[in-house]
Amino acid sequence: MRAMRSMLYIPGNAPGMIQNAAIFGADMVMIDLEDAVALLEKDAARDIASGFLRHYDFGDLPVIVRINGADTPFFEADLEAIVPLKPFAVRLPKCQDPSDVFVADSRMTEIEKRAGLPVGTVPIHAMLESARGIENAYAVATASTRVGALTLGGQDLTADMGIQKTRDGWEFFYARSRVVMAAKAAGIDAFDTVWTDFNDPEGLFRESRQVVEMGFTGKAAIHPSQVAIIHRAFRPDAKEVRKAERIVAAASEAERQGRGVVAVDGKMVDGPIIVRARHLISLASLYGMEGGEA
Amino acid sequence: MRMAQAGTLESADCLVTVAPAEGFGLDYRGGNRKLFGERTRRLVSETLERLEVTGVQVTIQDQGALELVIRARLETALARAMKEA
Repeated sequence: MRAMRSMLYIPGNAPGMIQNAAIFGADMVMIDLEDAVALLEKDAARDIASGFLRHYDFGDLPVIVRINGADTPFFEADLEAIVPLKPFAVRLPKCQDPSDVFVADSRMTEIEKRAGLPVGTVPIHAMLESARGIENAYAVATASTRVGALTLGGQDLTADMGIQKTRDGWEFFYARSRVVMAAKAAGIDAFDTVWTDFNDPEGLFRESRQVVEMGFTGKAAIHPSQVAIIHRAFRPDAKEVRKAERIVAAASEAERQGRGVVAVDGKMVDGPIIVRARHLISLASLYGMEGGEA
Repeated sequence: MRMAQAGTLESADCLVTVAPAEGFGLDYRGGNRKLFGERTRRLVSETLERLEVTGVQVTIQDQGALELVIRARLETALARAMKEA
């Protein structure tokens, strides 16, 4: 299992931060060419991001690049510069409906062909950050096989809805549900929005727990200090892990004996529970929790 | 070509200024000057050659930038210098 719990935003025009990207412990980093870069520095950020993707060794750290939207004059140049360098994914901002994915997909296909890459090499992470985008979540998720994840953009969504972000975040409950359900239905990943107040780690932890429980694959971080907190929120409960191990062991034994039904701790266990147990064990392995004492 | 700049004075970055000149000149400043002077001269010459730029004075204030960062900043500055006003 590739850990994708945290995705650290790094401004595209900050080479010092990009250079240190790997030391913060995030599961993924995202070099931002969009909102974190001033209008007059878009060209510089693009050159820096390309330079790092071309020459820098990030090890096995997945590097995603958020490009500027199709409604900006930077969209084409961003794709031309970034796609041939095969980032882990391109994050496509402000997806409102499938046509936004079609436009990026066809441009990326042309670029990949020209660069001699197999078509579909670079996945799209489609960012939903408007009421219309949220409502079209499943259509966006399935607009192209290139879409590997849906991501929720909370800042723009509150602006679009004319509301304020609250600490409890209940105003995102529907949007989160919609995004995660659409992603699951499409068989792709779902990433949650940032927690902007990095002086409030407790709030971040609470929100992260909430999105873990809702089924999100991971959550974005805007400050390195947030990474460990997000990882703590994804850490499974040790007792649950031990139980999952007993379930998987019993299921394997039942399979060997040709039995369809299995009981663990006096309770019947069926298919979905076994799938869930396996997922929990994969997650636990990220924390070195497998095979421990109950 | 006109005068243009790219980069910052942040740590691990550099500020590159390019200006029209007779021939090629390089002014490389910063704590890395002794250690990386030769390397920087080479990378600037290679970049100018690749982009077919002649007649330029390049000034680099290096704040500990990686080679790839100096190259990227130089490319941005040159593109800006060549852009129609």
